[in-house]
Amino acid sequence: MARAEIAARTLRTDRWWLPPLTTFVGLLLISIYAAFRTFQGDYYWVDQYHYLTPMYSPCLTEECIPAASHFGQWFPALPGFLTPPLLIIPFLLGFRITCYYYRKAYYRAAWASPPACAVAEPHSKYTGETRFPLIAQNLHRYFFYAASLLLLINIYDALLAFGTGVGLGNIILLVNVGLLAAYTLSCHSCRHIAGGRLKHFSKHPVRYWAWTQISKLNNRHMQLAWASLIFVCLTDLYVALVASGTISDLRFIN
Amino acid sequence: MSYQGKFRVWRGDDSGGGLEDFTVEVNEGEVVLDIIHRLQATQAPDLAVRWNCKAGKCGSCSAEINGRPRLLCMTRMSIFQESETITVTPMRTFPIIRDLVTDVSFNYTKAREVPSFAPPKDLAPGEYRMQQVDVERSQEFRKCIECFLCQNTCHVVRDHEENKEAFSGPRFLMRVAELEMHPLDTADRVDQAQDEHGLGLCNITKCCTEVCPEHIHITDNALIPMKERVADRKYDPIVWLGNKLFKRS
Repeated sequence: MARAEIAARTLRTDRWWLPPLTTFVGLLLISIYAAFRTFQGDYYWVDQYHYLTPMYSPCLTEECIPAASHFGQWFPALPGFLTPPLLIIPFLLGFRITCYYYRKAYYRAAWASPPACAVAEPHSKYTGETRFPLIAQNLHRYFFYAASLLLLINIYDALLAFGTGVGLGNIILLVNVGLLAAYTLSCHSCRHIAGGRLKHFSKHPVRYWAWTQISKLNNRHMQLAWASLIFVCLTDLYVALVASGTISDLRFIN
Repeated sequence: MSYQGKFRVWRGDDSGGGLEDFTVEVNEGEVVLDIIHRLQATQAPDLAVRWNCKAGKCGSCSAEINGRPRLLCMTRMSIFQESETITVTPMRTFPIIRDLVTDVSFNYTKAREVPSFAPPKDLAPGEYRMQQVDVERSQEFRKCIECFLCQNTCHVVRDHEENKEAFSGPRFLMRVAELEMHPLDTADRVDQAQDEHGLGLCNITKCCTEVCPEHIHITDNALIPMKERVADRKYDPIVWLGNKLFKRS
């Protein structure tokens, strides 16, 4: 027996193309900004107030401003146009790229697989996440571990900046790590590690409690993914503007 | 308040068919299934439609309304503009029988492929006391009414007929998850999910969750947790090393 003969790719009458288009444009703009700032190699540290942008933290190579290298300079200066963030960005990018929410977002928006529900995809063949390279999405938990470590470093940076007083930059750095922490904790892998893999919740009350709390955050994973991503860029922009002298930091306590 | 609504309904069978235009009376408080029934009663007595409870609990009247997979009985006419032409078509993923009725036996085949609940052999009835927190996760999945809208929407089979053999679809991967999360189930369902039910084909684009009339979090609570369990078993080098070192099976 055959399927019903309906030639149209979709009969949806709503603006189904709007969410994938918005996602695509949003991710593209953020990627362009992040690439520009990564390769700019400057304006990442405000010496006066000890603000370090999260995009350059930790700054581990010899071309880093010494005061910005809170954890030392482990590596020699990178050659050519390469900059210090290139040592940490693979982990942060890996965490976002393998994230269950972002997978949905870019499979739909960038790969049209599918572009929207009940809208036919343009590909003639589909193997999902069964083969290389997409089978590597299963490594999400390792990127989660790496991102958690980098988050702790970002928290340390944000707290360290309070040593010079309190300004708007401190508040921004603090909100940034708050959003990053919420996004990282709401991760599906984190939820699984905390308690999701258990069969008997009743035998592990502490892990069950952790799982229920993470599940609440996990319900907002998409919102936290966007909020933390956008706010990282805004934080970086603020630090760059202050570091370059374009604006001065609004100080509350000096 | 009544008005004359414009409808386009797919009529035909496996030898061919197409959309036919109708104008049907719509009254306040009605759902799309009411209109289909009025259409049957007044203009197209041979129109085929599968329905039963008219309360969103039997899962019979699944179809596509303006291209969106929905239950005919749970789609209120009040969500549409009076001037709008409403298109009603059968589910695309399954073979057509006639008009709005499809052959959903693919799902029954897949259901039979999931091994049933396997409690420990030495457990006598009444010996085990189930705690509420242990069954809550699977209870969510038991809300499923088997309307198969998720199976119909999933692009893995909707857009790729050739995947039907390898992929059980969200409804039955959810069934596997339900059994896997059951404290007393002893069957090994993790490898099965990946190797026999095609979990790896799912790219978690969440359309199953979007269309579920019972609002089950299929992707977040069943498919992703199963993917994580598969990652534990098959793709986690540290777990693999731990198993080797401590001789865990």
